[in-house]
Amino acid sequence: MFELLETYWKPFLYFDGYSYSGVAVTLWLLIFSVIVGFALSIPLAVARNSKYKLISWSVGLFTTVFRGTPLYLQLLICYSGIYSLTFVQDQPFLNSFFRNGMSCTLLAFTLNTCAYMCEMFAGALKNVNAGEIEAAKAFGMSRFKTYRYIIFPAALKQSIPQYSNEVIILLHSTTIAFTATVPDILKIARDANSATYMTFQSFGIAAILYLMLSFILFYLFRRFERYYTAHLPRPPVTKSRLSTYFSFLNKKRTQ
Amino acid sequence: MQDLFSKALSLVDLGGYGHLILQGTWMTVKLSLLSFALAMIIGVGTALMKSSRSMPLNACATLYTTLIRGVPDLVLMLLIFYGVQNWVGQLTVALGLPFIYIDPFSAGVITLAFIYGAYFSETFRGALQSIPEGQKEAATAYGLSKGQSFRYVVFPQMMRFSLPGLSNVWQVIIKATALISIIGLDDLISAVVNAGKSTNQVFFFLIIAAGIFLIYSMLSNIAFALLKKHFQIGVKEAN
Repeated sequence: MFELLETYWKPFLYFDGYSYSGVAVTLWLLIFSVIVGFALSIPLAVARNSKYKLISWSVGLFTTVFRGTPLYLQLLICYSGIYSLTFVQDQPFLNSFFRNGMSCTLLAFTLNTCAYMCEMFAGALKNVNAGEIEAAKAFGMSRFKTYRYIIFPAALKQSIPQYSNEVIILLHSTTIAFTATVPDILKIARDANSATYMTFQSFGIAAILYLMLSFILFYLFRRFERYYTAHLPRPPVTKSRLSTYFSFLNKKRTQ
Repeated sequence: MQDLFSKALSLVDLGGYGHLILQGTWMTVKLSLLSFALAMIIGVGTALMKSSRSMPLNACATLYTTLIRGVPDLVLMLLIFYGVQNWVGQLTVALGLPFIYIDPFSAGVITLAFIYGAYFSETFRGALQSIPEGQKEAATAYGLSKGQSFRYVVFPQMMRFSLPGLSNVWQVIIKATALISIIGLDDLISAVVNAGKSTNQVFFFLIIAAGIFLIYSMLSNIAFALLKKHFQIGVKEAN
């Protein structure tokens, strides 16, 4: 275990001798896809609740397809499927984009998490108190202002727990990135395994790293939630912090 | 005419790979159903352990569910598949037994069940807690044994309360089965990847797999709606 750590601590954390690797790459995948997916999901969520059936159905089709198929399959389609089309290979920009494992992985993860976040946020938008919206109208706020100052803040605050759930699930999903030759934590663990045959130790280190990342993310999100929902009434906290972590993880992705 | 017929046949059979894909689909369906059933058993057991009064049982169950849910499923799969294979190999060598090979299918079923059992245990524990204590006491008062009271009083209600959670985890399991092809099982994903590689139409075959997964998850949604109807018998529903 310790000799393994001695040789592989650097690749596991940030650098494998050629490029960034390990925790740094995993975090980059996570942060990029969460931020871009979140930014895309907001207009899509508004479109999902649109009065016009065509718009809301087309967004619904997007989310159904991306939530109904495995992320691994989506990554395969992005990485090996699209690149096998001849017109993609002929175009220089598309060619270089889809030949790069990292950009394909980022694309697949972003679209996937965007679909989940879109459905979550669309649900939260529907749940915003109708009285608040009516009050905003009565105050003469424009549609844009109502969204900007009333609806979005309320919906965002309401869905912080779901977002934190989604981010931790995405962290767990980033493990498949190694199939597209991205050097994340699991890729380093596999390299260590095939070089030393210390299977249990190599994957065990990866498991511990992921466990630690999950706990840290969970803690940060809790702080964040406390900060932004301080004005809302909350049930008295009687459980220890650890046991809230248990109950927090009891829902995987809600469909 | 003959030519047209063979063309139509090859279109239906996807250039000769249709039956391969069907086999892969059947493998995926088998894998998901078996691991779902096994995970339910593990989940009920762990939930009962968690609600028991014995401290060590409680701690074991809590440790199991926390560790499993904090670690990604793929890492666990690799850990269990390769790690357990190693241990079994060493054990058989030490005992002088012939080598036992754990095939990817049973490894997949065991791993998925082990992982999602932890998720189910939380669902079931929540459901167990929402059954009023008085009902169990009433069952005891009527002279029902512990097993009978679980079978006839607790279990049906537990199923009803946990059905939404079950359907969520089931959807996750369907998608997790795709990962087993990384371990080397000949499931739907590896079937379409092979077919795509040999016909040079990777994109087309991957899209077919996506369609099959979509249909599968939609069909299971319908099945869960029917199940919900079954377990809701005798419950007044508010409109």
